[in-house]
Amino acid sequence: MAGTTPLPARRRRRFDGVALLLVCLVLWQAVASWTNGIAVSPPLVALAYLADLMGQGSFWGHVGATFAAFLMAFVLSAVLGLLLGLVLGVWRFAGEVWEPILAGFYTIPKVTLYPVVLLIAGLGMSAKVAFGVMHGMVPITLLTLASIRNLSPTLLRTARVLRLPPSRIIAWILVPSCLPDITAGLRIGFSLSLLGVLIGEMFSSQRGLGFLLVSGMAQHNVPLTTAIVLLIVVLAIAANTLMLRYLKF
Amino acid sequence: MNRGRAVFLVRLALLVGAVVVLEVLCRNGVIDSLAILPPSEMFDAMIERVGSGDLNEGMAQTFSTIGIAFVLALALGTLAGAVLHRVPRLRAVLDPLLASYYSVPTFIFYPLLVAIFALGKTPLVILGMMSATPAVVISTLSGLDGVPPVLLKLARSQRLGRLRTLCWIVLPQALPRLFSGFKLALSYALIGVIAGEFLLSGTGLGYAISFAYQSFDNRAMYGAMLFVLLIAVTANGLLYGWEARLSRRRSRQ
Repeated sequence: MAGTTPLPARRRRRFDGVALLLVCLVLWQAVASWTNGIAVSPPLVALAYLADLMGQGSFWGHVGATFAAFLMAFVLSAVLGLLLGLVLGVWRFAGEVWEPILAGFYTIPKVTLYPVVLLIAGLGMSAKVAFGVMHGMVPITLLTLASIRNLSPTLLRTARVLRLPPSRIIAWILVPSCLPDITAGLRIGFSLSLLGVLIGEMFSSQRGLGFLLVSGMAQHNVPLTTAIVLLIVVLAIAANTLMLRYLKF
Repeated sequence: MNRGRAVFLVRLALLVGAVVVLEVLCRNGVIDSLAILPPSEMFDAMIERVGSGDLNEGMAQTFSTIGIAFVLALALGTLAGAVLHRVPRLRAVLDPLLASYYSVPTFIFYPLLVAIFALGKTPLVILGMMSATPAVVISTLSGLDGVPPVLLKLARSQRLGRLRTLCWIVLPQALPRLFSGFKLALSYALIGVIAGEFLLSGTGLGYAISFAYQSFDNRAMYGAMLFVLLIAVTANGLLYGWEARLSRRRSRQ
């Protein structure tokens, strides 16, 4: 590139992005060749296997199971997290009492609690959903709480001076000023509830992508494991990129 | 100060109250004792397991794995952060990757890591590093970004060498953000390693829990679980307190 006229910044960025993708593919191929495909399948094999899987009905059953559990976990996390965050943000004393407890819960290895969830909820959908909510709800609560607590007092005083009714305060002040933090919380909650559901499926389950991942390893079906990992990585990154791009306020 | 004490007392009362309620519900049979043990028995079981020494080997494995993963993550993460800070083009390429890194559940790579390196310490160390390193990279970048250009200009006008600029100007400015990255890195390494042991491994505290679960030994399971959770809460609490003390000292200056 040196010596030629500088490419426009946008084209250069696209070039760099493609280069990054190529580097990742080359690394992947290198790992696959280095292990002779015993541990990781090369990109083309994994893609072909994935395309093959997509033609099978049973595969979509697993995708559906994961998707249903994840959707339920995320919606529950969002609703409960927003409500709890709102209450704790408005009621300051309770917020100060609960924040360190929630933050502590956020940093413990919650996997160790999964047997308890299983003992209470039994094997199946509800355990996965509960575990997803345990992961996803806390960050949504914490960020909602913080954004409400950091609301500028000037705005609230202005609202009082203008005698705005509570509905207007919520619509004109609370929502617009808290939205950026809340969407950040929802984004983290999205990823973590997916993580919770997948770990639940990996540990003990008969259905779902997490189960396929572990069963692929147990049966030494390397292309299956690699294809599922590829699918989850691409989906997670795509969802996150979309949210980053379109949920900006 | 009075309000702070009230908050603390209410929090303590809530936690103690929750334990007491759980104990009473379990003892009365409202909660099935096959599902949840009364807290007092969990505590007994923990003392028993730790005292009997059958967790010793697992503890040694888990703590050394977490330690190695944490130290490697700090070294690699700060290095990568510093390099990315110096090379804006590379940073522009990798920024979207860093932004969505934590949206990918790292654990899904664990079966592949086990297949590559075989069961043992190596895949666990790498899993812990994969969870922890990006947090260090991100915090290093934000710490370096936060150094005011005026101070760098001052360093230049005083003709400070590289080392002195680093020690006297950059590090003191960047330290708080670096530290919060280190704190995250420790809890991520801990979560990654214990989750890996839990899902698939032959040693360690995480394995002790899942083994006890799979052999229907609830007492042993709750004992080990309580121990792991207490360790995690203590480690995080210590770092949290240390960070709070650091930031208080800075704001006093």
